[in-house]
Amino acid sequence: MTRSHSPVTQVVAIGIGAALFFVLGRFAAIPTPIPNTSINIQYAILAVFAVLYGPFVGALAGFIGHLLIDVTGYGIWISWELASGVFGLVVGALLLKNAIADGEFGTSLAIRLNLSILLANGVAWLLIAPLGDVLIYSEPANKVWAQGALAFVANSVTACILATIILSVYARTRTRSGSLSRDQ
Amino acid sequence: MSSPLLGYVDREGPLHALSGVSKLALALGVVLGAMIGFDVRYLAAVAAGSLVLWAVSGVRLRDLSVVLWLITIFMVLNNIGIFLFAPGYGTELFGTRHLLLDGPWHWDVTSEQLFYQLAVTLKYFAVLPAVLLFVATTRPPEFASSLARLGVPYRFAYAVSLALRYIPDVQREFRTISQAQQARGLDTSRGAGLRTRVRNLSSVLMPLLLGTFDRIESVSAAMELRGFGRGRRRTWLVSTPVRGRDVLVMLIAVMLLAVPVALLVVNGGRYWNPFV
Repeated sequence: MTRSHSPVTQVVAIGIGAALFFVLGRFAAIPTPIPNTSINIQYAILAVFAVLYGPFVGALAGFIGHLLIDVTGYGIWISWELASGVFGLVVGALLLKNAIADGEFGTSLAIRLNLSILLANGVAWLLIAPLGDVLIYSEPANKVWAQGALAFVANSVTACILATIILSVYARTRTRSGSLSRDQ
Repeated sequence: MSSPLLGYVDREGPLHALSGVSKLALALGVVLGAMIGFDVRYLAAVAAGSLVLWAVSGVRLRDLSVVLWLITIFMVLNNIGIFLFAPGYGTELFGTRHLLLDGPWHWDVTSEQLFYQLAVTLKYFAVLPAVLLFVATTRPPEFASSLARLGVPYRFAYAVSLALRYIPDVQREFRTISQAQQARGLDTSRGAGLRTRVRNLSSVLMPLLLGTFDRIESVSAAMELRGFGRGRRRTWLVSTPVRGRDVLVMLIAVMLLAVPVALLVVNGGRYWNPFV
């Protein structure tokens, strides 16, 4: 039982999701001991948005949010921005039917969520981003695949852990359907 | 906290006076043109044009110094990365090998490799000033109307506008929640260990997210009540009319896109090869 959202809600979710992605990506990154690598928590949030609002919102929120980060920081790098969009799209598409908004978040859904995030990360960082770098920017293949593998590992770990925690807490805040019982 | 996060610089200048549509077209033209073209002559010309544009714009280097430093570091690291991983890539691309310096293992410096990395570096100089100038000289509300006027569906343009509108709000909320949690003793600064920080950060994220979901609900209800999405078109509060010089800028943008496509045919590939 997925709740379908009105097109207006989707537009708002894309906009505010992108704003959240931007703020977390720019100001809340946790630096790791490895230089020039930080833990990106924004992908966990993107996964949550994709699960709750659908693949379309996930794709566009990721793309716009990443574009804004790059425009104000590192410069446009279209293949990686596309990859963020694809990540949202794949996670959303693989979890189209879920009842998290009705308070259901069991073990089987958690496993499905984690597998979907892994797969989406794989498609985004091991396929789209490096392939785009090679095709569009003509970068040396072994360098971009090394970068992609690094992004895959870092983003998979954080997105899986944080998205599972967030969604299970979120499900507990929702009222379960059929949770009322008749008082004797 | 309405600091111009996206780097809008409020100052009189020739670029500020242009319409947002033409500036967006120019930025897109440069980005796409430099994406297609790998001809060093074209990239050098665009880079020179970008730098001239910066000089006349009235935007100072100091205005965007943080961003410029970030980009410079990123550019240098990328160049080092390319050389470390693929020092023979230039030879592979151009088919010749002129050895300049005999390095250890496969790290020989060849003029082909330097030429390839020159093209990569020129890309930064071609694209970034143009994009940064667009951001620095266009008011954020005009972004969305410019997108819509270039033919992007207005629902999408409105989503971009919403993102820009809510970035300061989300940022303020993030800071407030983070400080409230710190007052309760949850450390999210450098002092705490990595595990504790991740755990404490998720206790900042949860209230932020739940607040965001509520906000999405109320904003979309308000928009629905005002009939958003009913019409096929919509008007925009901020939009500058297109004048003669805007048309000129848009023509330049089209040229910037057409030249690399033509060069693909002339060069018989993406690269201009001076080595054969």
